[in-house]
Amino acid sequence: MIPAPFEYVRAGSADEAVALVSQHGDEAKFLAGGHSLVPLMKLRLAQPSVLVDVGRIRDLSYVRDAGDHLAIGALTRHMDVETSPLVREHAPLLARAASHVGDSQVRHRGTIGGSIAHADPASDLPATTLALGASYVATGPRGTRTIAASDFYRGFLDSALEPDELLVEVRVPKMAGAEWGFQKFVRRAQDWAIVGVAAWRRGRDSGVALVNMGPTPLLARSTMDALRDGAGADEAAQRAADGTDPSSDVNASAEYRAHLARVLVRRALEGRAT
Amino acid sequence: MRISIEVNGAVQQSDVEPRTLLVHWLREQAGLTGTNIGCDSSSCGACTVHLDGEAVKSCTILAVQADGCAVTTIEGLAGPDGLHPMQQAFADHHGLQCGFCTPGMVMAAVGLLRENPAPTEDEVRTGLEGNLCRCTGYHNIVAAVLAAAARGGGR
Repeated sequence: MIPAPFEYVRAGSADEAVALVSQHGDEAKFLAGGHSLVPLMKLRLAQPSVLVDVGRIRDLSYVRDAGDHLAIGALTRHMDVETSPLVREHAPLLARAASHVGDSQVRHRGTIGGSIAHADPASDLPATTLALGASYVATGPRGTRTIAASDFYRGFLDSALEPDELLVEVRVPKMAGAEWGFQKFVRRAQDWAIVGVAAWRRGRDSGVALVNMGPTPLLARSTMDALRDGAGADEAAQRAADGTDPSSDVNASAEYRAHLARVLVRRALEGRAT
Repeated sequence: MRISIEVNGAVQQSDVEPRTLLVHWLREQAGLTGTNIGCDSSSCGACTVHLDGEAVKSCTILAVQADGCAVTTIEGLAGPDGLHPMQQAFADHHGLQCGFCTPGMVMAAVGLLRENPAPTEDEVRTGLEGNLCRCTGYHNIVAAVLAAAARGGGR
């Protein structure tokens, strides 16, 4: 399978990338690691006429300690997130989730920014950063803005990013010793989650997010409210699927997904990690 | 677009359409047909090569993205003294059945030992999750990788 023809340009900086995409209009797309976009282009589900390659902008690949949060450059590869000592120390839930993305070959190429910008509800990192209360920094022709993860995901593969805006940084609050769990239910190695859960908890504070339980990554708000009111993990987990509308497909019915969400949230709140 | 890629130690230049996938460029421009195309969808790992020393799936990388980089394919693994230790371990342990997944499997295994020179059996199985053997011959493949690791084959 070969993508439809397109024009290819390489950007040396974020500003240059934004200028190039603006110049080419809605038909242009940013290319980072290409491990979400290229497969879609091979299937002709995406057919951009221009690709602006941002993959060589080295100064967008970093993990920095920024006080109360970690600042992670959008072009940081999954492998580098997974193995970063700073991420392992301050956001171990994110390091674990990054280790579950695709397989090692994919993690050598795919980037955290690319995964978030792609906004796939079945991907691990959008939900994990949502659970952690992250925010995303985007730059575009109208300047730079910060978008809370909770305001970012709009619909299936749809985010608050404008077509000419480039995600440049992911800001992840430090977990400060919170308990955490990550659960990814798959039938086969390297698959997307049938349902997944990223969760942390500190006393009555928590962040619980669901993978593949609707058209966007979702916070399990009823569960978080129950924990806030003093419920135990088991009781709070019973409300994990409240308000969700998961799809039925070849892997699982909607009812089974709701069941999985309740079981996996309980396991995650018990601090268990797959 | 004019690109230049170092393949198995020798720089090759050619004009490519931007949509050319690295695996097609390797097979059709560089003439190296050891790298196989299996699933065409980033799942099976038959097309695994090393890009600047790391295992990647060459069906999901555009040739233009590899411009200026160094690629090693299965043909570049053996040295003047014969087979690479990983190739020898696959032969010794019969780590193959039909052989179709083998080039990708060997390249992934060499990449794995580079990052984790002394893996446990579980780590080998997890580390090779991106490579499928449709003959289901995983047991001997894992045995081969563990044997290569024990002999210091992680170079």
